Amino acid sequence: MTQIGVKPEESYLNISEHLESTASLNDSVHFKGLRNKARKCFQELGFPVERRGNEEWKYTDVSPIAKIPFEMPDLRHQQFVRGIVSTPVGFGKSHWNKLVFVDGQYEEKLSVVKDLPDNVLVKDFNKASKGDYDLIGKHLGNYADFHGNAFNALNTSFLDNGAFISIPNEVVINDPIEIIFMTTGLEQDTFIQPRILVLVGDNSKVAIVESYVGIEDTRYFNNSVTELVVGNGANLEYYKIQTQSRKSFHITNTEIIVGKDSTFSSMNIDLGGKLVRNNLNLLTNAEGSYSVLNGLYLVNGTQHVDNQVIIDHAKPHTTSRELYKGILDGKSKSVFHGSIIVREGAYKVNANQVDKNLLLSDKAEAYTKPAFWVYCDDVLCGHGAACGQMDENALFYLRSRGIDELSARSLLTLAFVSEVIDSIGNEHLREQINDMVHSRLEDWLGIFS
Amino acid sequence: MTASNQVVKDVAAQEYKYGFVTDVESEVAPPGLSEETVRFISAKKNEPEWMLEGRLKAYKYFTTLVDKEQVPDWAHLRYSPINFQDIIYYSAPKQKVSLENLDQVDPEILKTYERLGIPLQEQKRLAGVAVDAVFDSVSIATTFQAELAKKGIIFCSMSEAVQNHPELVKKYLGSVVPYTDNFFAALNAAVFSDGSFCYIPKGVRCPMELTTYFRINTEGSGQFERTLIIAEESSYVSYLEGCSAPMRDENQLHAAVVELITEENAEIKYSTIQNWYPGDEQGKGGIYNFVTKRGKCAGKNSKISWTQVETGSAITWKYPSVILQGDNSIGEFYSVALTKGYQQADTGTKMTHIGKNTRSTIIAKGISAGHANNTYRGLVRVNPKAVNSWNFTQCDSLLLGDQCGAHTTPYVEVKNNSSHLEHEAFTSKVSEAQIFYCNQRGISTEEAHSVIINGFCKEVFKQLPLEFAVEATRLLEMNLEGTVG
Repeated sequence: MTQIGVKPEESYLNISEHLESTASLNDSVHFKGLRNKARKCFQELGFPVERRGNEEWKYTDVSPIAKIPFEMPDLRHQQFVRGIVSTPVGFGKSHWNKLVFVDGQYEEKLSVVKDLPDNVLVKDFNKASKGDYDLIGKHLGNYADFHGNAFNALNTSFLDNGAFISIPNEVVINDPIEIIFMTTGLEQDTFIQPRILVLVGDNSKVAIVESYVGIEDTRYFNNSVTELVVGNGANLEYYKIQTQSRKSFHITNTEIIVGKDSTFSSMNIDLGGKLVRNNLNLLTNAEGSYSVLNGLYLVNGTQHVDNQVIIDHAKPHTTSRELYKGILDGKSKSVFHGSIIVREGAYKVNANQVDKNLLLSDKAEAYTKPAFWVYCDDVLCGHGAACGQMDENALFYLRSRGIDELSARSLLTLAFVSEVIDSIGNEHLREQINDMVHSRLEDWLGIFS
Repeated sequence: MTASNQVVKDVAAQEYKYGFVTDVESEVAPPGLSEETVRFISAKKNEPEWMLEGRLKAYKYFTTLVDKEQVPDWAHLRYSPINFQDIIYYSAPKQKVSLENLDQVDPEILKTYERLGIPLQEQKRLAGVAVDAVFDSVSIATTFQAELAKKGIIFCSMSEAVQNHPELVKKYLGSVVPYTDNFFAALNAAVFSDGSFCYIPKGVRCPMELTTYFRINTEGSGQFERTLIIAEESSYVSYLEGCSAPMRDENQLHAAVVELITEENAEIKYSTIQNWYPGDEQGKGGIYNFVTKRGKCAGKNSKISWTQVETGSAITWKYPSVILQGDNSIGEFYSVALTKGYQQADTGTKMTHIGKNTRSTIIAKGISAGHANNTYRGLVRVNPKAVNSWNFTQCDSLLLGDQCGAHTTPYVEVKNNSSHLEHEAFTSKVSEAQIFYCNQRGISTEEAHSVIINGFCKEVFKQLPLEFAVEATRLLEMNLEGTVG
């Protein structure tokens, strides 16, 4: 479908318009309306490839994405795909509720939805009932504004299926719910546009795991948008774990809005991808919320990981804690751009932001920009950043106690990441991530017995 | 109203002490920027051909920037666009051709400096400070020149340097801040009128503090001075700079360029107390202060240290930077920026690590009151070959009042793994617990505020030379007056 000489933006718009005209996308009025607006917006914006004065994309050049003519995965391959993927490959336990999407298509057979309390909805948008659509229409697209955000506009231009999770008030769900996006990349250069909407009712509690997995060594473009609404007094644990192909492009936009006295925690793990950009925006919409945003990235080769985290303290008495850590090897690059905004009148805000990078090779590069925008006086904000290699003194201390160099290095590296890993609330996930990180470091450092 | 609210109100309402106008006849160029203006300035200064050529090149570059509308807009500042055609680019007090000694200086001007507390008179030797005073566009008087000359130190106005030491000026002018560097540097290179020039020869330790005092007097004029300091091998100099301007309703532009160069083992310590007129309570008038300051540690083991106390100007746009080129060189930046009323400051530093084992320290303290906005913007860049380099950055903000803003945007770019970088910052107000602690020890709320704020700035003030440290503390106290007594 891609024509030679056509601008990449045009190619996406053509595909989207073609799908629209053949009525192959979700036909709800709300979806249709959003798609139309988003197409227009994406056409105006184009990919943010401009280098000069492009503060938001200062250290991350997305022109590789704009240059490759990515295509929609061919639906005829689905049959074949079903044959090779017989079990879900996420990070959760097999009995956890899960929605599985393979190459952008919802796979009912691989998904598990059972034993849920009344009125808890865990389903694909396309499987939603008329009543559900009223709820979806009220929220979808309300938080993730695509104006001024080209990738979000692109995602919304293809708005069709996606994960919809709604927890009513006063419900506690013990086991996490996992959403798995698997990209096989059996065809070259495909794109998928995952979409997620999670609504957590007042005083409810749930954990959501968003997993991005893929087959090694295939090239594809993942561009997802997630909207999370945390009700008053609610508690949401949110995990995003990404182990996609090391040739893939991975862009995510996550919008979170937290209610009064709510608790929110997010854990962002990036191990795969060639070019990764995570936009995480949190808005404290009412007083008394407590949010923890943590992240961990382990990259080597020519991987590039960019985390942009914006926390908007719009209301008083809100607290946020942010801790991102990265280990960089090879010629990899990491970018951290954290912004904490404290609005006028948002007194007693307590915000803390830390980014630390451990550089294992002399070719790795770390860029970090922890910024504050404070418009209120009665606040307590702090941030810290550190970049460097292993502490020689600590290494010497361990050596002087008879520990060989490799073991000493591995101990210190693990200690560096454990601060983040230990903060993972769910035991099973903590173990899973711990194992993954260990085996990754094992490969790099050639150690750990 | 609680005591602390009163403190905040008082800080915001402080008046400007140096806002008088000196009645002195001036020779001014007609307002507007054109090739003729540039030629006029150059002719007035009796400059050689190469200087004029340099100016014209810069002017051409500047006009291309204006045509392409490349006025820098990335800073966190809000102001109406500057009309470069409304500005008077040259204004000089009418004078005899050259001055033999201070007696020939217009007594009105001397009185001005007396009111400002600047020891221009040589008899005030006890002050032990050599002064170069710049009034509007030209250097008025340079003291202690003869004594410094005995040691081989050249300390004079830029125009004198162009006449008497063209080889030095030619070699170093624009070597650290070329005219292509940025918008305001291009403007300055085209129209700069005067400034200070300082050359410390090999192995000489300058026996006294050198000072330049800048004063804008003429209405509607801009000041574009250029400072160049060269420290040859193993030399040392400490240099101070002060500024003030009368109170006027319109905004005046100040676009200066300062270049420092240190050769092997040399050290330059550059201190600034910037107290340009900040505008009135409603934010009307005041100086637009767009300054490019940069030092280059060219030689091994050299050191450049910037210390600045920024209390004036409606708008401050200033990033004293250090290029750490020589191995083992050291860059330092100590800053206190106080904004009140409707003042806006976007200030910080840039440390570029190029040489091996280079070290840099950044301590930036921002105080914001009234409706002011105060931004720290800093960049620490470690190049791949700058192995074992080290940086420590601390940028703290103190907020006085709920209408003001304090922002920090530090950039850290690391391109090798043997370097060690640390960055920390906090933003808060003077806490009630701190005030309570002072109160229960019999210290009044006003005094407590003063003590705490002084403590907040102490790390920076202690870097200032003694005379300036006293002045800085006084300046801060004056700005916080009404709270102290």
